[in-house]
Amino acid sequence: MNVDLDNDTSEGAQELQPRKGMKAEELLRELGCVLRMSEADAADLGARDPGDDETMIINMGPQHPSTHGVLRLMLELDGEIVLRTKPIIGYLHTGMEKTGEDLTFLQGPTNVTRMDYASPLFNELVFSMATEKLLGIEEEIPPRAQWIRMLMTEMNRIASHVLFLATNGMDIGAIGMMLYGWREREEVLRFFEKVTGLRMNHNYIRPGGVAADLPDGWRDDVLQVLDPLPERLDEFDLLMTGQPIWRERLQGVGLITAREAIALGATGPILRSTGVPWDLRREMPYLYYDQLEFDVVVGTYGDTFDRYAIRLNEIRESIRIVHQILDKVPSGDYRIQDKKVTPPPRARIDESMEALIHHFKIFTEGFKVPEGEVYVAIESPRGELGCYLASDGRAKPYRMHVRGPSFVNLQTLPHMMRGGFLADGVAVISSVDPIMGEVDR
Amino acid sequence: MSDLAGFELPISDSFGQTVLHVPRERLAEIVMELRDEFGFNMCIDVTAVDYLDYEAPRNLPEGVDPERFEIVVSLLSMLERTRLRLRVQVPEHDAAVPSLFDVHPGTEALEREVFDMFGIRFEEHPDLTRILMPEDWIGYPLRKDYAIGRIPVQFKGIENAR
Repeated sequence: MNVDLDNDTSEGAQELQPRKGMKAEELLRELGCVLRMSEADAADLGARDPGDDETMIINMGPQHPSTHGVLRLMLELDGEIVLRTKPIIGYLHTGMEKTGEDLTFLQGPTNVTRMDYASPLFNELVFSMATEKLLGIEEEIPPRAQWIRMLMTEMNRIASHVLFLATNGMDIGAIGMMLYGWREREEVLRFFEKVTGLRMNHNYIRPGGVAADLPDGWRDDVLQVLDPLPERLDEFDLLMTGQPIWRERLQGVGLITAREAIALGATGPILRSTGVPWDLRREMPYLYYDQLEFDVVVGTYGDTFDRYAIRLNEIRESIRIVHQILDKVPSGDYRIQDKKVTPPPRARIDESMEALIHHFKIFTEGFKVPEGEVYVAIESPRGELGCYLASDGRAKPYRMHVRGPSFVNLQTLPHMMRGGFLADGVAVISSVDPIMGEVDR
Repeated sequence: MSDLAGFELPISDSFGQTVLHVPRERLAEIVMELRDEFGFNMCIDVTAVDYLDYEAPRNLPEGVDPERFEIVVSLLSMLERTRLRLRVQVPEHDAAVPSLFDVHPGTEALEREVFDMFGIRFEEHPDLTRILMPEDWIGYPLRKDYAIGRIPVQFKGIENAR
């Protein structure tokens, strides 16, 4: 009898299977990249004098310049090699989901916009889309409002990715890039200020549409931001992408495979860097993304360099998208003319008592949203940004949960850092591009 | 989606998204089957809702007994480009569900967050500790009986803080 000893014995597999055939979650468990140790245990360890053959536990952050805010990493080191890592988060936790339960649906965007502060408009968009779905008006939002939303979020994607290039450059030692990145971002923020009145935390996209129409001459303003960008991106290529030092520093560092990334729930540039062309704008289109032509940028090796290159090229794709949007923004209303959710226009308030009362009531009491629960997801610069809303028919959400891509993506960090140098860890953290406001909420 | 009927579990529809109501003891097993047989290869989100003072009638299909807590799991099939939501009723007196860590390792942080915020235990979770709140925090902030803004500030290591 011919028994396949590898698989067919009565007790299951008897031989060690090759790594290749392992399921991603088994592999992740076997490698054990995550350090599971409470703070008290770590403090005990620190009090002991480590012997020669022992590994060392050190803390990086929460005040480290390259941890992007207040991220703290507990690292197990063998000399200079990172073994296990535990990201410790929560330093920016302000209970925004709890706060969200105490704000009306109209006030909600002011709250969620503060989560991912590098791309605030995406938070507002996903919250507004979830609210509109509960209200059952998502089909009735005027096309102009939807196109304005797309214009603003794509501009925001550019700002967010440029900010990534800046901080990434600074982390790795290209200090010049830091200045250029902030400069480009400032151009976009100036446009945002003109449209929304604020540089950050705009509260511009609201349930029912957007807060205000685009100002006169907005096309020229957008073009003024966009036109110098391609040339500057080429400059960045010259400054970094082709540089041997830059490539040596990033290539082959912080590797992750597609199976690992999917098992860990990673989305956005981290997943795409492994070669999976998953972009919600393309795969599950929302707004009018199905009417646009753009490419989903993917990597090959899943290393830090791929993640850098993907973000750089996504800026180019976003520029392409914005140019198409400029041609397509129709005229019309910028918010739904549904008296239930939309306050009366400012001019009416001066002449009509009813309009004044209506305006007052909508901003103090809010509008009632039918009961139900809904999950909506969009592609933020960092991955899948989701919003889960449960309503019990009142004017405030019963439960508001935001699935922050940074929060989930941060779990890939221990796996990407394992076996690398501590100095490379800085590059890896940077390539995850976590925004701590969204991680901690 | 018709083949989901093979589970013989109540299915409902929420704004075009299929919702499967899973008994909590079968959660991990069903998520694994959904991953291996139905192609739901990614667990996008795990969260919870505390239905303590929900004013509207609980809109649950027949055969599902409402409990105080509900675990909400969002699954994604990248091949079919569909989403599936699982809702699991969790009673207050025994707030525990099987962990999905063995099926989708990416649920680790999400489950820790639910534990931190709601006090729902995930059995067999490798490191079920607080994630956003300090380790020695008392109470579960997102529960509905946890008032906002009315608690003394808790400082670590300082005695007699208020």
